[in-house]
Amino acid sequence: MSKPKLATCSLAGCFGCHMSLLDIDERILELVELFDLDRSPLDDKKAFDSPVEVGFVEGGCANEHNVRVLHDFRKHCKVLIAVGACAINGGVPALRNPIGLRECLETTYAGGTPDADHFVPYDADLPLLLDRVYPAHEVVRIDYFLPGCPPSADAIWEGLKELLAGRTPGLPYQLLKYD
Amino acid sequence: MSAPALRFSVDGAPVEAKAGQTIIEACDDAGIYIPRLCYRADLPPGGQCRLCTCKVNGRYAAACVTPVTPAIAVENDTPELRAERNTIVEMLFVEGNHPCPFCEKSGNCDLQAMAYRFGLSATELTYQFPNRDIDATHPEIFLDRNTCILCGLCIRASRSADGKAVFGFENRGARTQLTVNSPDGLAGTDIATADRAAAVCPVGCIVVKGTGYETPYGERPYDRQPIGADIEAQRHPSAERKDADV
Repeated sequence: MSKPKLATCSLAGCFGCHMSLLDIDERILELVELFDLDRSPLDDKKAFDSPVEVGFVEGGCANEHNVRVLHDFRKHCKVLIAVGACAINGGVPALRNPIGLRECLETTYAGGTPDADHFVPYDADLPLLLDRVYPAHEVVRIDYFLPGCPPSADAIWEGLKELLAGRTPGLPYQLLKYD
Repeated sequence: MSAPALRFSVDGAPVEAKAGQTIIEACDDAGIYIPRLCYRADLPPGGQCRLCTCKVNGRYAAACVTPVTPAIAVENDTPELRAERNTIVEMLFVEGNHPCPFCEKSGNCDLQAMAYRFGLSATELTYQFPNRDIDATHPEIFLDRNTCILCGLCIRASRSADGKAVFGFENRGARTQLTVNSPDGLAGTDIATADRAAAVCPVGCIVVKGTGYETPYGERPYDRQPIGADIEAQRHPSAERKDADV
């Protein structure tokens, strides 16, 4: 019987959740027995070619590219898990939300007053920024949430194992953290 | 001469209260934890956060401001009330900005601890991302309204424990916010780091500068045990949940 497939992506995140996934140490040998890695930055596979069982989403949506990837994950993944603070509530990237996009960009690139020499960069190759950073569940339906910044390797391991066993991943008190 | 004890029930278990006690006081003494964010035993109750809402003879009542009367039947830990308390906590998270990953209060924050106790992995309510003012005028105390849950503990602590009136609310409804009694911000008030008001904040809104991140991850109060575990540890082993004979 073929193994279930696991896909992962990092949207507006820092790759910390992926680092934490790798931090399961020797259990990674067990992980590869449980899952086949599909589309993921870890194997550099860029696109889905078939549906997968589990999608692991790190990061919220800060730009249109993030939204495209997230929709693609929703379309191809039977179960989608939002992993980490950024996917769950926007996290650090969402610090810009109360301030507003224009003020953030103009302050950063032009000291608050754009002129001919100081302006916000624009290029067709730059993904268009969204008005604010959106948690994953505000863009697509999310099935489960694994909080933490990042969730500890134990929490990720626990969550993936529970999911594979067909149970709702609920973390024990010691592993449920928002930081 | 001491007044006779009042007998009542909580989730079917018999509990005794001293005359004049509120439901939350009697339950704390009996080792029954009622979730709360705006209540401290040594300060006047405010009835602000509504997390301690129980059903008393079938009607909603905030346990921190409702006195025990003879033979009342209190519902506390029921699926219905648990679901409603979950929603209150979720609403508090989305209507402010609560950056747990880097907040100084993380691990020692009552709001976060309540979410942990309730097993809340995330909320799916829509985050508001409000733009709230901070006040960094004071050299030793920092006021960050982003995390304020309007519990009013600092207001009550300043008035009744410190004999000052440093804090208050301004505006009404959804625009209510914490304010200080000086146009120059916190620096213009007579607050001191030793004040109860500087230490009582259940979230990361009022913090004493230079003390953040002192306790390592894993050793902070709520890393060790859930909020309320200290009260539940007081429960007498014989006080099992059963039909009350009140």
